[in-house]
Amino acid sequence: MEMTGEHLIPVPQQKVWDALNDPEVLKACIPGCETIEKVSDTEFKVALTAAVGPVKAKFNGKLLLADLNPPNSYAISFEGSGGAAGFGKGGATVVLAPDDTGTKLVYSAKATVGGKLAQVGSRLIDGVAAKMASDFFSRFNQQIAPAVVAAEGEAAKAPAPTGGINRTWIIAGVIIVILILAYVALRST
Amino acid sequence: MASMNIIGTSVKRTEDYRFLTGGGQYTDDVAPHHATYAVFVRSPHAHAKIKGIKTDKAAKARGVHAVYTGDDIAKAGINGLPCGWLITDVNGQPMKEPPYPVLAQGKVRHVGERVAVVIADTLHEARDAAELVEVDYEVLPAVVNGAEARKKGAPVLHEIAPDNTCYVWAIGDKAKVDDVFKSAAHTTKLEFVNNRLIPNAIEPRAAIGNYSRAEDAYTLHVASQNPHVERLLMTAFVMGLPEHKVHVIAPDVGGGFGSKIYLYGEDVVVTWASKQINRPVKWTADRVESFSSDAHGRDHVTTAELALDKDGKFLAMRVHTTANVGAYLSTFASCVPTILYATLLAGQYTTPVIYCEVTAVFTNTTPVDAYRGAGRPEATYVVERLVETAAREMKIDPAEIRRRNFIKEFPYQTPVALLYDTGNYNATLDAATKLGDVAGYAKRKEQSKARGKLRGIGYSCYIEACGIAPSSVAGSLGARAGLYEAGEVRVHPTGKVTVFTGSHSHGQGHETTFAQVVASRLGIPMDDVHIVHGDTSKILFGMGTYGSRSIAVGGTAIVKAVDKVIAKGKKIAAHLMEAAENDVEFSDGIFRVTGTDKQVPFGQVALTAYVPHNYPHDKLEPGLNENAFYDPSNFTFPAGSYVCEVEVDPDTGKTSIESFVAVDDFGKIINPMIVEGQVQGGLTQGIGQALMEGCRYDSASGQLLTGTLTDYCLPRAEDVPHFKIDTRETPCTHNPLGVKGCGEAGAIGAPAALMNAITDAIGVRDLAMPATAETVWRAIAMKKAA
Repeated sequence: MEMTGEHLIPVPQQKVWDALNDPEVLKACIPGCETIEKVSDTEFKVALTAAVGPVKAKFNGKLLLADLNPPNSYAISFEGSGGAAGFGKGGATVVLAPDDTGTKLVYSAKATVGGKLAQVGSRLIDGVAAKMASDFFSRFNQQIAPAVVAAEGEAAKAPAPTGGINRTWIIAGVIIVILILAYVALRST
Repeated sequence: MASMNIIGTSVKRTEDYRFLTGGGQYTDDVAPHHATYAVFVRSPHAHAKIKGIKTDKAAKARGVHAVYTGDDIAKAGINGLPCGWLITDVNGQPMKEPPYPVLAQGKVRHVGERVAVVIADTLHEARDAAELVEVDYEVLPAVVNGAEARKKGAPVLHEIAPDNTCYVWAIGDKAKVDDVFKSAAHTTKLEFVNNRLIPNAIEPRAAIGNYSRAEDAYTLHVASQNPHVERLLMTAFVMGLPEHKVHVIAPDVGGGFGSKIYLYGEDVVVTWASKQINRPVKWTADRVESFSSDAHGRDHVTTAELALDKDGKFLAMRVHTTANVGAYLSTFASCVPTILYATLLAGQYTTPVIYCEVTAVFTNTTPVDAYRGAGRPEATYVVERLVETAAREMKIDPAEIRRRNFIKEFPYQTPVALLYDTGNYNATLDAATKLGDVAGYAKRKEQSKARGKLRGIGYSCYIEACGIAPSSVAGSLGARAGLYEAGEVRVHPTGKVTVFTGSHSHGQGHETTFAQVVASRLGIPMDDVHIVHGDTSKILFGMGTYGSRSIAVGGTAIVKAVDKVIAKGKKIAAHLMEAAENDVEFSDGIFRVTGTDKQVPFGQVALTAYVPHNYPHDKLEPGLNENAFYDPSNFTFPAGSYVCEVEVDPDTGKTSIESFVAVDDFGKIINPMIVEGQVQGGLTQGIGQALMEGCRYDSASGQLLTGTLTDYCLPRAEDVPHFKIDTRETPCTHNPLGVKGCGEAGAIGAPAALMNAITDAIGVRDLAMPATAETVWRAIAMKKAA
């Protein structure tokens, strides 16, 4: 599947960039994330358990960053194995730019799955992926801009993005992780 | 005394009582003491190198007894899975036979391939531990399409087949055929795909290996259509075990359709592992596993041409087929698109010359093998789509063009090797047109039109070769096995009879049909006959059930054994009645001295055989137990005519089957109800292929996209019409029952009838199967646009 999106984040661009590169922030934001280790500036090791419906599976994988142009853009790729359930991999380009109300993030992501995961079909995936992405956004929001959120309340959701998922906060390469996890989790068994 | 002849009567199936009341015993119902559970780790990639497998975490997990990989299998000296049929290519070279490992060795070649096995105390522990097996893959480019696989630069699956080609095989006189085409008054050419199908028996595959230290012997319970063949292949070719120390039981089996003919790696692994861990090892596939690891069916890409004279008489046929055999050669994969396909291209017609060339290709997909009809549905589709299309092009009535070309004199030698012994194709076509009220079709078409619907009619006059096979013929064509059948008739002292058959029932109703045959022949009540099958320790030998061979070959073996029982019974009766053996006749369960009122019943003869106080010991052994092997002298040739009427909604593309008529000639029929059930099931599968079923792989990644029952559409009761089924009878000339077999006919004949009807309805030349509403709607839209 492919997803593209654009989001406005009410914090300065540098702060968004830092958060996107901060394992602790990512760990807190990715649903089910158990560990995320920075191996180097461009590599993260990720372990997480994802549950969708009746299915729960553990995934191990790595995030690789490339074409780094801080704090403006990077390319991210993910590869994860869900054991017997199969695998997920994907990539995205993420571009940050200053905006009147904070930072504009534009991403274009692509993910593929294999094995049992692919076999089960993609019908159910889109909804689950969107839900997980949305969860990620609220958490990311809480993490990097709690004050703004508290102050603005519902208003924080106002600057509507043009992209697919209609929430304020971002994600970055991480969205891919989430998508993949969604796939992976859904498909196991 | 009333005649006990119940051949030709619709006796209710005796096995249904246990099936309908939960009494069936399937492999998964077998629960050996201390059983462990196996879970297979399967490849998520269509094509990849295995750089390493880490099993230590899995091996240490709770409840785990063992984790094995391809290396362990290799170290144990276990060979790959053999192919049972050697095809020799156009250059006289043997087909390419790459190793088909039980567990992947160094490389995986399709999604779902077995990579490792985890064995634990419980299924859940095995599943959890399987998650811990870490396989390091280096992903390679994959190819899933047969034609793509032959192109230069395509990913190569096997070193020994650098062009991914297993063989290029041909039959017929190419030069002659080409000549005829040059000068023919009319030629018709079609290119089509015979869609890949996934079998989906209700009961998934299952196997339980159980090694006994006490006996130093193995027992394998397995959902198989042919336990003896399974044992022979496994012991002699794969594991090197002594055959007499392996006991294979195929208990109740919930459908096979071909997919349970083959020896699979899982069966080998559980058998071998049971000795390694000294515990029974049980494996039952889940549905997702079945989709990616049971052998698939069909998958042909064909260019077919028919040459005709100005009157619509067939002059020649030319066929080129690319058959996708998948990643490895399954047990009978090689003979399906050749011997079981090209030899049927004469159909019911006198086409004098035929040439067919088949290229079998390896791709990164699940292996393809025989599936209900096996080659014959593909052949029928070629012939009947061509014939119907030619008739339309030449503006000849499609029934009429068939009549002009029907074979009418028998025996008939076709140009593609087969010798049809008997048939009456006009009889089935006449009956079908009448039953389908073809005369009233034009009026019905008008009525449909008035309702805004498109109505179409399509015929399919199929023939199939069943009762496989004369072993000498099969052998000369490359079979590595004989294709006879064995039967044993054990008469007990009380006159009750147990029959042991090498045929295997997995839905066909043998326990009823065979009992009818034996009871009728012996003149005893059917309740006095019990049929036993599916157990290598009880049955002397067997080649199993596939290719609609059970009644024609297995039934005949039983009849031969019954006749030996009667022959011996006559000797005993002659002694009891103090008559000459030649004066004793047997009918309706009574031995009589011709022309006298002297008689002894069958039961008394049986008792005498086992309590031989007054017995001709000098001439005869006690007991009444006979066995027989039967090797047929020819194939049988069931044939029939199907007429299908559809109504298509032009707004949605949805096809509704308004009428489906099937008139088959199966020779003599033992149980009409069971035959009708077989025909209905076959037709339903044929309709499934034509309208709904189609296996899809992602062409770039080789991922199986139709891997669940959500994505792969099987026909349900509401998708099929009330079939109008009838039969005509020309008894087979070379077996004593005059039977031909009926198990596959529906699946063979139905797709062409349906596609002929749909193309007629919407007025297009060709349409791809499955003709889903979308496919049909698009075809209508394209036609409008054109």
